[in-house]
Amino acid sequence: MSVSRTGPLPVGSGAEYDVVVVGAGVVGSAIARTLARHPLRVALVDAANDVGDGTSKANTAILHTGFDATPGTLEARLVREGHRLLSAYARETGIPVEPVGALLVAWDEQQRAALPRLAEKAARNGHHATRMLTAAELRSREPHLGPGALAALEVPGEAVICPWTTTLAYATQAVRSGVDLHLDCRVEKVRPGDPYHRLVTRRGVLRARHLVNACGLHADAFDALVGREDFTVTPRRGQLLVFDKFARDLVRHILLPVPGPLGKGVLVAPTVYGNVMLGPTAEDLTDKTATGTTAEGLAGLREQGGRILPALLDEEVTAVYAGLRAATGQEDYRIAAHPALRYVTVGGIRSTGLTASLAIAEHVRGLLADCGLDPGPERPPARVRMPNLGEAFPRPYRDARLIARDPEFGEIVCHCERVTRGEIRAALASTIPPGGLDGLRRRTRARGGRCQGNHCGAEVRALFEEYGEGAR
Amino acid sequence: MNRTVDVLVVGAGPAGLAAATRLAAAGAGRVEVLERERAAGGVPRHCARPGFGADALGGPLDGPAYARRAVRAALRAGATVRTGVSATGWAGPLTLDLTAPSGLERVRARAVVLATGARERPRSARLVPGSRPAGVLTSGELQRLTAPSRRWREPVGKRAVVVGGEPVARNAVRTLRAAGVEVVAVVAEGRVRRAAFGPVPVLVGTAVAELHGRGRLTGVTVQAGDGRTATLRCDTVVFTGDWIPDHELARAYGLPLVPGTRGPATDGAFRTAEPGVFAVGNLLHGGEPAPVAAAEGRAAADAVLALLDGRPWPTRGVPVETAGPLRWVTPGLLGPVSVPLLVRPERRLVRPLLTVGQDGVVLRRERLDGTLAPWRSVRLPPRWSSGVDLAGGPVVVGAEE
Repeated sequence: MSVSRTGPLPVGSGAEYDVVVVGAGVVGSAIARTLARHPLRVALVDAANDVGDGTSKANTAILHTGFDATPGTLEARLVREGHRLLSAYARETGIPVEPVGALLVAWDEQQRAALPRLAEKAARNGHHATRMLTAAELRSREPHLGPGALAALEVPGEAVICPWTTTLAYATQAVRSGVDLHLDCRVEKVRPGDPYHRLVTRRGVLRARHLVNACGLHADAFDALVGREDFTVTPRRGQLLVFDKFARDLVRHILLPVPGPLGKGVLVAPTVYGNVMLGPTAEDLTDKTATGTTAEGLAGLREQGGRILPALLDEEVTAVYAGLRAATGQEDYRIAAHPALRYVTVGGIRSTGLTASLAIAEHVRGLLADCGLDPGPERPPARVRMPNLGEAFPRPYRDARLIARDPEFGEIVCHCERVTRGEIRAALASTIPPGGLDGLRRRTRARGGRCQGNHCGAEVRALFEEYGEGAR
Repeated sequence: MNRTVDVLVVGAGPAGLAAATRLAAAGAGRVEVLERERAAGGVPRHCARPGFGADALGGPLDGPAYARRAVRAALRAGATVRTGVSATGWAGPLTLDLTAPSGLERVRARAVVLATGARERPRSARLVPGSRPAGVLTSGELQRLTAPSRRWREPVGKRAVVVGGEPVARNAVRTLRAAGVEVVAVVAEGRVRRAAFGPVPVLVGTAVAELHGRGRLTGVTVQAGDGRTATLRCDTVVFTGDWIPDHELARAYGLPLVPGTRGPATDGAFRTAEPGVFAVGNLLHGGEPAPVAAAEGRAAADAVLALLDGRPWPTRGVPVETAGPLRWVTPGLLGPVSVPLLVRPERRLVRPLLTVGQDGVVLRRERLDGTLAPWRSVRLPPRWSSGVDLAGGPVVVGAEE
């Protein structure tokens, strides 16, 4: 087990891997974790300097039931299974999840007319607990909703989750169970071969019997390195606004739009950090690095959010971000095994990838077996218990016993998010230490609050220099 | 651990320390000041420049010296100043939950003075589009990064753009230049005095339209009022001004806010809507110099002492609002006693005509000499708030040119 960001990769005989998973997002990390339950030599590699640094870090953070998936698709099955697996995994490892439920709110007659069809679709996806709410019932559930809401479909089971902790939990468990994690390790060439493929990276050559492409937005580019051209990934940008914690009392459920001819619309949802999220936009782009926000995008979100929850606009905006999801022109995942190449492509994992991740990993394990991988006997993975980032669960600054044991957990450094020095120190010394301040934020919430570092930025930077990568 | 004190002051900046000093000196009993940072003194601690009044010999005081004096005065008067202690919420009326390295505490007080100060709105709250690279700061973070007490490990950057035209922008320019950073331009939406920025080019009537860069900032696109854009190459951008009170504790209690300032509504004696809870300093308005905040802290002490003496909490006053090109007015409530009004204009106003009215009746009307600037408040003496009908509607302070 090791985590490396610099220096040459292991070479020589014995340095061959049974499987190399390329892409340490939520899907790649889940696959590595699943494989780590077998006596296999596995490497997880990523071009970025941290896990979950692409699509996985900037999504809507919802644990979907899959009620609105297209019945019969692979995605529908994996989202449903993934919801069950990740719910259980979250309880076991301490990933914050709040099962607040969702309401599909109809704002006009056309949308109201669509609700029974959506209930029926949910039933075909195995979700029989949906229920129609009248305008009055809806109003009592969500008193701050804007005028004009006609009815809603209640979808129990939809939950909000911490996407950062999820990816980190998978990768941490994988590493502790023996997986090598190589970061800052972009794969530039692949020379397929037998018995070993050779992956030429910026940091040297990796040899692997089997390959898994979990490259997200770059899955098509990696396919091309292996000589396949099955699909093209088009980045679809989603811009999101995160409102201050004082907005949290304005909303109790995930408020989903009713999909219609004018597009999917934006949702309003609580976050596990105690904020309220508004978004996403849906913009098809060509640039896979275009994770910026735009004036038009933000103005449009505010306009739509103001109709859904008028009081939201009076609250301060804490954060603004954009993520890119991988669209492939087909309304399903593009997961394919290529036995002749001992290679599995996990492409087209759209916004449901976080929910489906553990089910995708199980599915991929099966596909690798089809490609000739004998995983060997299964063993329990190393135990992990993640630090809690969720507001609905006890946080260190309120834990008298923890503070008595270690006073640094009583020393709040980031005041907006109430992150203590002890938590920052622990993150910097963890199995997968953050590669930078943004990675530290995803592990602790430090610098992520309403002041965005005005108060704590200097102190957090100093701590990073003292204990983090800067000190090594 | 549960304890009781006479006065709990939250925030050891200029306002909180001034209130505590006066209260302790006047025999208010146990006066405890809480500071969540590791040192007391507030924002001036990070302002290594003169402009904080004069010392005993008439020499100019800089921020750190001013902060040290304020802390010393509070301690000498007999107040307790505790640092590294965060008030994390209310456990009931006049009772706060605290987190400190020494453990959790629940402290009940006879009076609570909120002096939690203000912060600058960061880039996200200003909805500035673009990518999210490193190198995007507020002037508060810049000051802390370059504070003399900090060992210099990581340079701020090489080329910076400063956003804003207020004195705090001038300080940011000075701080950057002192740290060896080239300031490419100052970008100001309003009109500013170019000369104040020395050799640094000032783009007036211009806004930041987009940030660029992956990993590190590589430039900012600015847009002039006529719609033309240009991109300035830089690795650092500092957003200054645009204050919002740090009103977390006030809101957590459910204290009503004044829409213009987003600070808790207080009457002329700094009483909030909750009996026993006071609010002073930049929590009420943000962006006022330390001496103004300190004066409010001192002024609040009389009402705190009256409360401790058992005098009744007055009924609510009449709300005060602004009309026309005024950003805010404090206090947010007016009572029977005439008090000065602090008014901040939205933009530059040349010899404005100020009015105070209530229920359509003009109570006062006066043309001010000189120019009001959006970065400076104007203090209207108590006569401006006299004649208010306590049973009437909101008092409206208006301005026209």
